[in-house]
Amino acid sequence: MSTESTTGSGATTRATGVPSAADPAAPALRATGVGKSFTARKGEVVALTGVELEVAPGEFVSLIGPSGCGKSTLLRLIADLDAPTSGELTIFGKPAHQARLDQDYGIAFQQAGLLPWRSVGANIALPLELHGVERAARAARVAELAELVGLTEFVDRHPDELSGGMQQRVAIARSLAAKPRLLLMDEPFGALDEMTREYLQSELARIAAETGAAVVFVTHSIPEAVFLSDRVVVMSPRPGRITDVVATPLGARRDDGLRESPEYYAHVTAVREALHGTPTHRPGEP
Amino acid sequence: MSRRTSAILWGVLGVLAVVLLWEGYKALGPAEGVVIGAVPGEAGSGVLILPRTHDRAMPHVWDMVARLFAPTSGGSTPPLWVSVLGAAGLTLGIAAVGWVIGVVVGGVLGALMQRWRLLEWGLLPWIVVSQTVPLIAFAPIVNSMGLQLGRGGGFEWPQWVSVAVIASYLAFFPVAIGVLRGLAAPDRIHLDLLRSYAAGYGATLWRLRLPAAVPYLLPALRLAAANAVVGAVVAEVSIGMRGGIGRMLLQLAGQASADPAAPWGPTFGAIALGLVAAGSVALLGLGLRRYRRGEATA
Repeated sequence: MSTESTTGSGATTRATGVPSAADPAAPALRATGVGKSFTARKGEVVALTGVELEVAPGEFVSLIGPSGCGKSTLLRLIADLDAPTSGELTIFGKPAHQARLDQDYGIAFQQAGLLPWRSVGANIALPLELHGVERAARAARVAELAELVGLTEFVDRHPDELSGGMQQRVAIARSLAAKPRLLLMDEPFGALDEMTREYLQSELARIAAETGAAVVFVTHSIPEAVFLSDRVVVMSPRPGRITDVVATPLGARRDDGLRESPEYYAHVTAVREALHGTPTHRPGEP
Repeated sequence: MSRRTSAILWGVLGVLAVVLLWEGYKALGPAEGVVIGAVPGEAGSGVLILPRTHDRAMPHVWDMVARLFAPTSGGSTPPLWVSVLGAAGLTLGIAAVGWVIGVVVGGVLGALMQRWRLLEWGLLPWIVVSQTVPLIAFAPIVNSMGLQLGRGGGFEWPQWVSVAVIASYLAFFPVAIGVLRGLAAPDRIHLDLLRSYAAGYGATLWRLRLPAAVPYLLPALRLAAANAVVGAVVAEVSIGMRGGIGRMLLQLAGQASADPAAPWGPTFGAIALGLVAAGSVALLGLGLRRYRRGEATA
């Protein structure tokens, strides 16, 4: 576990138990000069360096890049699951540590990570339970979220009775439980088959639009990033850093029709070129 | 055939096999056993490689059963099975107290060691070493320490407390190890998740670590139950406590040449004791079924 004392204000607020008010004008996420290095046997390994990033409230931003580019590390830093070695991270104007204590973000990982001994409903309710939300309010919120992810008939089932895609939907519902205005997702559809994946992408686009939450989405799939995002942040390894940011303004219409539109292909090409660093040469063109 | 019926059938077959083996050897084996290297005229010389089969050494199974219904020590004393039941009940009660002490102590030690790695390094070797101390040497020391304590404090230290303490000394070990491993069992992703919810140590322990530890805890508790019974029986014998099954076994074994079927009564009692103890823990596992999803039902 990383240190609890990375920021000064954390301890005071924890003592009073009152969440500090978020600044409504502040960006959902601001990273300035963020770096992370690990001490390995062979000396210092730089996982991430000089990250500058701002995500507006309600904006959908994907982090894409080859393995080792530090995209997951960056997400862990934002979530305050690890502490940065340099730089500063704020979430709605608050230090990341404080944002974690105040539950300003929801998080989902590649594995659904459901507790096997809890029913679907109890899994969704877990973050609410830990934050002392009372039983009736909890039940109401669980019903609402189950409806949102289309699992109303399954709230009493256990995770081992669900398919991988359904489990991931439960994980998304759980990440939304405390009504966060920022969602952090680390390759949530990475372990799913292509059909389920496309279906859940459309679902996530709808859910993000409905809740108005900002999303930071880690992926290694270019089409997935383009389909979902307002902006795609391209990263590169050794040392992990941001090399490019590609705007993919496809508007609010994120449905299957979009997957076949020319502008979608144009954006996919733009992201691919940004990833490879050179314009792609197409056969049959000069 | 359902799983349950076949399980019962196999159990009965197992007992029958033991009975057949016993009676079969008794019928076929030489009455005085087989001794090699005996010097003629010198009693007790040589090595006995096959046991004697005469009625004093190997009573018939039906004699053992019949003996259970005869008076314990002649006259109008109650039948043997009643005495065995009473003695086994007393030992079971003491073993249960030892089990509870062992589970509490082992649980706390395991949790402390899991929380602080430094404590694991410091304590674990001692905990392992503690189990190598021979009980037969250790039991009288515990008893005399208890008596000293009672004398100093002006109260009487009952012998059964010594027995329970010794039983707990054997019982705590598997629990400490099981808790140490079990509490460290949750997946990384679950720990990250709870951390993202700003859950403290207590909340993480209660909602994640303990439920995840159940598959490790149940075998540990079962081992602890078996250990507590063994510890209680041995401790009774070694400190000379009256009324328990250990003492009864010793006493009747002393009269075996005159009444060879008698010691088998308390022997059956001790076996039943172990089964009841292990069965109680199995019941506990039934209650914790939902924490064992995905685990093969055992």
